[in-house]
Amino acid sequence: MEDVILEMINITKVFPGVKALNNVNLQVQKGEIHALVGENGAGKSTLMKVLSGVYPYETYTGDIRYKGKRCEFKNIKESEKLGIVIIHQELALIPYLSIEENIFLGNEQGKHGLIDWHATTMHTQKLLATVGLKELPSTLVTNIGVGKQQLVEIAKALSKEVELLILDEPTAALNEDDSDNLLELLLEFKRQGISSIIISHKLNEISRIADSITVLRDGATIETLNVRNDHITEERIIKGMVGRELTELYPKRDSAIGEIIFEVQNWTAYHHLHSSRKVIDHVNFHVKQGEVVGIAGLMGAGRTELAMSIFGRSYGQKISGQIYKNGVEVHLKNVSQAIEQGIAYVTEDRKQYGLILNNDIKRNITLANLKNIANHSVINENKEILVAEKSRQQMNIKCSSVLQNTVNLSGGNQQKVVLSKWIFTEPDVLILDEPTRGIDVGAKFEIYSIINKLAKDGKGIVLISSELPELLGMCDRIYVMSEGSITGELAGAEASQERIMQYVMSK
Amino acid sequence: METLKQMFKSNIREYGMVIALVSIVLFFEIVSKGVLLQPLNVTNLIQQNSYILILAIGMLLVIVAFQIDLSVGSIAAFVGAVSAILMIDYHIGVVPGILISLLIGGLAGAFQGYWVSYFKIPGFIVTLAGMLIFRGLTMTALEGQSKAPFPEVFQKMSNGFIPDILSGTSIHITTLVVGIILTLVYIFFELSHRKAKLEYNFEVIPVQFLVAKLAFVGIAINWFMYLLASYKGIPNVLILLFILIVFYTFITTKTVVGRHIYALGGNEKAAKLSGVKTERIVFWVFVNMGVLSALSGLVFAARLNAATPKAGTGFELDAIAACFIGGASTAGGIGVVMGAIIGGLVMGVMNNGMSLIGVTIDMQQTIKGLVLLLAVAFDIYTKSKQT
Repeated sequence: MEDVILEMINITKVFPGVKALNNVNLQVQKGEIHALVGENGAGKSTLMKVLSGVYPYETYTGDIRYKGKRCEFKNIKESEKLGIVIIHQELALIPYLSIEENIFLGNEQGKHGLIDWHATTMHTQKLLATVGLKELPSTLVTNIGVGKQQLVEIAKALSKEVELLILDEPTAALNEDDSDNLLELLLEFKRQGISSIIISHKLNEISRIADSITVLRDGATIETLNVRNDHITEERIIKGMVGRELTELYPKRDSAIGEIIFEVQNWTAYHHLHSSRKVIDHVNFHVKQGEVVGIAGLMGAGRTELAMSIFGRSYGQKISGQIYKNGVEVHLKNVSQAIEQGIAYVTEDRKQYGLILNNDIKRNITLANLKNIANHSVINENKEILVAEKSRQQMNIKCSSVLQNTVNLSGGNQQKVVLSKWIFTEPDVLILDEPTRGIDVGAKFEIYSIINKLAKDGKGIVLISSELPELLGMCDRIYVMSEGSITGELAGAEASQERIMQYVMSK
Repeated sequence: METLKQMFKSNIREYGMVIALVSIVLFFEIVSKGVLLQPLNVTNLIQQNSYILILAIGMLLVIVAFQIDLSVGSIAAFVGAVSAILMIDYHIGVVPGILISLLIGGLAGAFQGYWVSYFKIPGFIVTLAGMLIFRGLTMTALEGQSKAPFPEVFQKMSNGFIPDILSGTSIHITTLVVGIILTLVYIFFELSHRKAKLEYNFEVIPVQFLVAKLAFVGIAINWFMYLLASYKGIPNVLILLFILIVFYTFITTKTVVGRHIYALGGNEKAAKLSGVKTERIVFWVFVNMGVLSALSGLVFAARLNAATPKAGTGFELDAIAACFIGGASTAGGIGVVMGAIIGGLVMGVMNNGMSLIGVTIDMQQTIKGLVLLLAVAFDIYTKSKQT
């Protein structure tokens, strides 16, 4: 393992007002999988952008040595030419182009500006076989799932004769199966001698595949752990990331579970475009006061669709079924009625569905309950600031002031703003859809504590999550959904990853 | 000094606009050798630009809601034509004539709003169609001819002035009195605003800045009123504009509906999931635009004292440009009424100033185009600096 493929030495990168990277060092051996971990804002993505030339030479200080040579990349093209390929967190595929068109975009097979479609298709088929994707090269990218799209991205990287593959949170949007496939693929690449750098928040995956781990915190290298020689526990990694030991990932909750507060019966809904496709099929579930109920399932099992169709019919058509609140049937025809009935839905994708990014924190917090701060529909802005300040303190939102735009906040703080918004509507039932996706360990802990506090206040919590450990750690009861129906229900004590997966696969 | 710097930095767009307007005014005042700010010319400026400013107010709401309306010029022309037919051919009274005209504008807006909000057809397409439809209807209604003259009372709406009840001889005394009253009202609002902030224990600007601000605005108001008073006093249409500006500033900044328009423009999906009735809001924004288009059409017809088939041509572009010069975001969700007004004034002053110094109409177009481009470029540049 003496063969160093990449060395980044004393990299410093300054943004106006912030030192994003401060003398960071990174060393990657040839043919290893090197994990880069750290809390959100620790500088992982920035470091990779420096490496790939997104931030060109001279906008940072320090040296990059790749295969022993000093490199000064001015743009991505230059780094790609040397075999360094980065796959960003947000996939960069064009939805209405086919797989083959996407793979060879910017690198078209052919001569004199004319595309050789035979060569393109042949190469694509080979690449797809390598990554194990069984789709026709002519399939449009929009018609395949996120997991498969990720594979297309990797195939695209391979088409560039990659030697160092960088993946920025590749499994964040994937379900367990697709994640497994992807990790296997990385191990296969390793056998072929391709080195990879993987940025991830999922520590179990990292300890599974990584050879070494570099921990960043606040823009500085904390340590590099060698996983092959020493046994490194997740606790050990977390300690490096947050600078302290999180004794428990999931805070304890002691809440008294009361009466059934919210119940859904025979809930059925059809796809919003294809009226013959049943997306939710006779779902029954309930949540009690002070209870945290989980909904597990794969991506596409219909969990988000279930939540959104309940929440003021925000999804689907031909919806049928009954909703009971405190034993009384309620009809939630639109979102305002749902809010009035004390239901809150914290959306899955906070940037797209949760926040008005170009509005400030206070406006986002009050949006769903402007009535509360308005007198005859005239808003009292001073009262609004007080409300926002209170949330900021209670939720520990890190910001310069509540007048700061939410677009500049980190993921965890954005999520706290969204939660504040819904808590301000004074709900009795909160449906949380992937509330900790893409946020770091420290912020996760804070979100869990907030959930516990809400449960303690007697609210009913429905927690939709793709991370099984999270569900196991947080829930009193777990429903498992598969292909639009509930296939199982487990009490917290009897639940385990294996049993949940059994129900997931049972249909 | 540090706080002042901070204040300026965080409000660079708002101050920037005012500074741009003031420098353009000063520039043309100097190169036109003092003609620009002569009382007669200032009055003309207001009367010439009033119908664009009325449109710009409505257009700002449309743009903030992340829509566009290309039909406003055609609706203005159509309503002008209808009002002429009502008042000239059918001798219906001025007040009923105006009310029916506004109603027709509202219906035209509702027609377009329906397709946009409930049928999900992009506003660009719907209002492009509307632009053709209402222009065609105007031509048909007027049979290609101009129709004139309007009743005298109606003309006064655009060309008249408030009466001088205090009967000044060389100077319009009522106008000066109005200026003083406005100044007092302004000071009252600033102070009560400050008081409310202090009650909540919020930070307020230091007293010396407040005094400077009050003095500056007070002098500006009274100087402006003095200019108007030296000619014939306050034009009627300025009062109309003033009411509209105050009303829509209030709606956009202080009310729930206003907040909903901004939220919807910033992120429609998130707004909808927060309980904002997005379809309804978009619908009413278009209805509102229709009514204001009608009002603009009436003011234009009254100023021309005729309804013509070609009235309002290109108004939509001026109104849209005013909003963007005034800092509205092309991505929706950002923009203020006062910004659109200043944007409209920047263009109006440039038109007027360039005419005064003899720049040809053709060249004026080019220069206005460049100003629009630069204003938006500046906007995007400052934003990229901030994030």
